[in-house]
Amino acid sequence: MATHPKSTRTSVPAQQTARKDGAPAAGPDASGRTGATASGPQLRTQSDNGLLLPVPDEDGAPFWEYAARGELRVQSCADCGELRFPPRPCCPRCQSFADSWERMSGRGRIWSYVLPHPPLLPAYAEQAPYNAVLVELSEAPGIRLAGNVVAAPDAALDSVDPAKLRIGAPVKAVFHEMAPGTTVPRWLLERP
Amino acid sequence: MKDAAAIVGIGQTPFAKHLPEAEKTLACRAVLDALDDAGIAPSEVDAFASYTMEETEEVEVAKAIGAGDVTFFSKVGYGGGGSCATVAHLAAAIATGQATVGVAWRSRKRGSGARPWRNTQQQLPTPAQWTRPFGLLRPVDEIAMLTRRYMHEFGVSRDHLFNVALACRNRANQNPAAMMYERPLTREMYMTARWISEPLCLYDNCLETDGALACVVVSADRARDCRRRPVLVHSAAQGMPAQHHGMVNYWCDDPLEGPAWTAARRLWEGADLRPQDVDVAQIYDAFTALVPLSLEGYGFCGRGEGGAFTEGGALEIGGRLPLNTGGGGLSEAYVHGFNLINEGVRQLRGTSTAQVPDASTCLVTAGEGVPTSALLLRS
Repeated sequence: MATHPKSTRTSVPAQQTARKDGAPAAGPDASGRTGATASGPQLRTQSDNGLLLPVPDEDGAPFWEYAARGELRVQSCADCGELRFPPRPCCPRCQSFADSWERMSGRGRIWSYVLPHPPLLPAYAEQAPYNAVLVELSEAPGIRLAGNVVAAPDAALDSVDPAKLRIGAPVKAVFHEMAPGTTVPRWLLERP
Repeated sequence: MKDAAAIVGIGQTPFAKHLPEAEKTLACRAVLDALDDAGIAPSEVDAFASYTMEETEEVEVAKAIGAGDVTFFSKVGYGGGGSCATVAHLAAAIATGQATVGVAWRSRKRGSGARPWRNTQQQLPTPAQWTRPFGLLRPVDEIAMLTRRYMHEFGVSRDHLFNVALACRNRANQNPAAMMYERPLTREMYMTARWISEPLCLYDNCLETDGALACVVVSADRARDCRRRPVLVHSAAQGMPAQHHGMVNYWCDDPLEGPAWTAARRLWEGADLRPQDVDVAQIYDAFTALVPLSLEGYGFCGRGEGGAFTEGGALEIGGRLPLNTGGGGLSEAYVHGFNLINEGVRQLRGTSTAQVPDASTCLVTAGEGVPTSALLLRS
């Protein structure tokens, strides 16, 4: 499997994260897990069926570590509490470098969606047209996670009839393991 | 800065799906063509500006064309968002005495080359992590996401997007240099075209082009002695809004109020003109939906009114705001928007193939949806 040339991460970012309260940094430990916490040379960029795996950076790694445990968490400022996405080194509101990762309910609404058609990468073309959506999180409407609405956590990208998709439709997060160690949130319609 | 510098030469190669020559050769041809148009010797060139995505380095162009000692060189990021900024950087350098003769250029073999999104190894970090795995693979997918929301919030329709595609195609049908010169577009063709990323169809997407363009910038004083009627850089601006994320601008308060708004505020602040004074506009059109969004951003209409603005032939010759009079990226050539700059110059020289009578002011914009730039030109 090809490696990602840009990955320079060699340690677990969550452990580098400063916590003001002195508690252990949020995020799972690095014990034996591969995927998001792997060092560059081991990092996989595609699943067995050719779908692109997320390529975590230092700031984003905790998101994927939590996702692997079935938790949807978003970075927040440990000082002022502001949620921010995508993750970044410091708080754009108060400039603090201390962060924590807040668990979300997994509830949200479709903000927009597209139906890609070929030409696409082969693994995506096979399932086209499929849906790709942005989901506004209930707790933070300005945070719109990209994802796919599916009929079941491990179903195909085209498993939901596009006619059932509506802007504003409520959805809930589920988790799908794309490859060993790499889990992504996906979305089920609350009213299928 | 206002009216301190002028574009005095424009040059370009043919446009085609495939040109046999290398990007570097095409770059040199366009630059020399522009200098010849200006009547300025290559040895007088002392400044260069291009895009960070331009693969021919300044050192290659300078030594090939026989430039003199170069004292200013600059490259602007964010793909097509940098087009107008290349001219803006040269104008600023000349206005502040850092250089005297500047050349901006873009050379690209996007027609015969690979589609950049097919490369799974070299991805920008934000999309690689947060959007691409979910099948938002291409620029069209990223902009289609904003387009559907735009249609939903403001009642923008596919007919509005068609109005943009048609205006560009009609102008290309008047321009022998345009790739779509002999290819008329009808509403039926548009409405039955294959989808690329719903809600965007084939004709909502720009062309894939091999070609190169360049222009020459000097001080307004020197411009008076040049071969062509000078086109003054009346105002220029770049724009990157707070909490902007590039093409995947999904995590700010209002993703539909993009970089155009930021650039426009600065552009009009630096100008003696207002939107209603603009005779003709060259609006960046990698995708049709960027045009109504830009019309809002640059103040030609109110928020959410960009779709309605396109009605009644507003973008055609004789309409409220004739648009992309060479055919634009949708129908002339897609070279990261540089053809929009050259066409703006032609309009103000009175030499466009779709000339707006007595045009004396032209807005040119760069890519919307990414950190952008804009020029307000006048004759």
